Amino acid sequence: MQNKKGIKSITTLLAIILVLAGCSSNSSGSSNDKKENAKPSNAATEPTASEKSEPEKEVSIEYWQYEFPAKVELIDELITEFQTLHPNIKVKQTNFPYDQYNQKVATLVPAGKGPDIINLYYGWLPKYVAAGYLQPLPQDSFPTAEIEKDYYPLVEAAKIDGSYYAIPTAVRTLALFYNKDLLDKAQIKELPTTWEQLVEDSIKLTEKDAKGQFVVEGLAWEPGAQLHHWYRDGLLPQAGGQDLSEDRRKILWADTPAGLEAFQYLLDFAIKHKVGINGFYENDSNAFMNGFAALNIDGSFRLGSIKKDFANLNFGVAPLPSYKAQSTPSSFWANAIPKNVEGDKLKAATEFLKFLTSKEVQEKWVDRIGELPAQKAVASQDKYVKDEKLGPFITQLDHSRAHFFIDETQEKTLFVDATNEVLVNHVSVEKAFNDLVAKVQKLYDDYWAEVDKKK
Amino acid sequence: MLTHVIRLTARKSRELFRVRLSYQTQRYLFIYIVLGIPLLYFLSTRMLPIFYAFNVSVREWNLLSSEKPFVGFENFSTIFSDEIFSKSILNTFKFVLIGVPGQLIAGLAVALLLQSIYRFRGFFRTIYFIPYVTSIVAVSWVFRWILMRNGWLNEVLLQLGIEPQLFLQSPRQALILVTLTMIWQSIGFQMLVFMTGLEAIPRMYYEAASIDGASGWRKFVHITLPLLNPVIVFSAVIGVISYLQSFGQVLSMTNGGPLNSTTTMVLYIYNLAFQQFKMGRAAAATVVLFAIILVLTLLQLKVLNKKVEY
Repeated sequence: MQNKKGIKSITTLLAIILVLAGCSSNSSGSSNDKKENAKPSNAATEPTASEKSEPEKEVSIEYWQYEFPAKVELIDELITEFQTLHPNIKVKQTNFPYDQYNQKVATLVPAGKGPDIINLYYGWLPKYVAAGYLQPLPQDSFPTAEIEKDYYPLVEAAKIDGSYYAIPTAVRTLALFYNKDLLDKAQIKELPTTWEQLVEDSIKLTEKDAKGQFVVEGLAWEPGAQLHHWYRDGLLPQAGGQDLSEDRRKILWADTPAGLEAFQYLLDFAIKHKVGINGFYENDSNAFMNGFAALNIDGSFRLGSIKKDFANLNFGVAPLPSYKAQSTPSSFWANAIPKNVEGDKLKAATEFLKFLTSKEVQEKWVDRIGELPAQKAVASQDKYVKDEKLGPFITQLDHSRAHFFIDETQEKTLFVDATNEVLVNHVSVEKAFNDLVAKVQKLYDDYWAEVDKKK
Repeated sequence: MLTHVIRLTARKSRELFRVRLSYQTQRYLFIYIVLGIPLLYFLSTRMLPIFYAFNVSVREWNLLSSEKPFVGFENFSTIFSDEIFSKSILNTFKFVLIGVPGQLIAGLAVALLLQSIYRFRGFFRTIYFIPYVTSIVAVSWVFRWILMRNGWLNEVLLQLGIEPQLFLQSPRQALILVTLTMIWQSIGFQMLVFMTGLEAIPRMYYEAASIDGASGWRKFVHITLPLLNPVIVFSAVIGVISYLQSFGQVLSMTNGGPLNSTTTMVLYIYNLAFQQFKMGRAAAATVVLFAIILVLTLLQLKVLNKKVEY
């Protein structure tokens, strides 16, 4: 009996010690900054560092972006170029796989291994800003007025609480990809420019076998891919609806009939016209690139992968069909500076950011990555506008939108769930739509409640 | 086992303080120190994070921020009012209820079959074991392609004149299919455990039963099953824990969809922690999972672990 008591007290003691230990390591969060500034290993990886006899103090900064071979390669070259221009700044690039990007960033940052410039998807910015992780871009180098004058309006998605927290080198828009061979086969001469024409053409282009199974999709249909964006920044505003209230707190999809009309239009491709379905050849881009989908709504970023892996695909690109108004979804990856970057490092990071947003780099970015220049003056050059593939993407930039996201993954999941309610559970389109609006609104309410609490 | 060690340590340490060390004590001391080293490791990499998670669960912590204010049980009330969390608990239990019996029965069946052959036994054992050592992601993707809307299995169904199925895109079928994938992958491990158990049953019981004229089924029910009990208990406990922690296959095959029909507790925790950065809530969900595992394991040990005399 006594034995048991002894064990009990030992384990309780152990538990208390452990909890205390847990608490104490808690308070060490602030030591991040110190570790951040120390970072001795960078200099060692740059053998040229000591050879340069610069009078000023040498600064090394770290740049993080996701693992996209073409981007990684280009940034490496740009770093070399930048370092010749600024001999006392050393830049080190670190990459993480796309799937694990958020996870890696989130686990490494608390461990005191943070970047000085970080490349983030614009839809993640509110999450990072709400966490207090980013600082607004330095006003003297990136004045708000100038950003709004030089850049396409979609970049405004990076403006939170009146300040820009990130700035992109390049942006992407969606467009209608079409398979030329399949269009010829269906004898379609003119590309669809209206909602109706898109429906008609996709019906003509659809091919099914004797058992009613898809052989070729008229229009690839994958809610988990680009359709969510197509709805919010394409169909909805095209039908005359609005995405969000001015203060970004209220979802306005259901405030006009346009919201439901656009949602119905999108779903009809799968449930009424039956010209495409989710999961056919895994996803839309797979089906299209392998020639099993005649039309697909996809982004300019797809140009690169088609060029690389499906060089023989005979395809073209056209602006998205429109309805009452024109509107094209767009998105971007932008570079931001974490809050704990200060002093010389901040100066160096700003310098590098200026370099990354320069005209030369934007032009290199189009050529090598296929993403569109973020600045109007660069993008609107003849060589891009007249390009057969790039042109349609660029001409759409003027009426492009990139909606504000609270949480990209969750908002997309809710949208996919709503389409599944209709497809699988046979819920009415209207009910699925109203539930979707309510659920997204709830997400926004929770986010703003959290933000308001911090103020 | 662990409590036994602790009890012994406690007794020994009392003796230590009382008298000078005898040779025997010194010997034991040495053994316990050696045994204690991995224990230390276990404490620092397993136990410490568990207690740290308890600590985090009562705080609001955005993974990217350095502030972790204390919020009491707010995280718990938040997750329990989230219908996806309740759904994930329910799904997790479905995984356990289908997965554990499925894995035990399939593993035992394969083990019994393998035990009754002599030729190619090693060959088949290897074949069955291969899935277990194959990467979860690779296996998941192969099954995804087989189960794709216009995939191989639907092709077969069409040939047979059966309507093609939604499979992983159906909220009704997805969970079962993911569980079956998990069972398929763990048959090898289960088979090996049972084969070892079967080897340990003395042949003479079967011989005696044969002389008494017992049928194969009766031998199985009255000899094999009772004598395998420790192995079954071990497998059930390990199986329940591993199915309670279902994650890899779910993430790769359905990512919790469609309509959250396959979201498990661990996936829910992962999404909260690493997609939404809400560590406090994730830790709260972890504590709930920890409690469930603890209770279920204790229950199983109590219920299943009957002594078998022979």
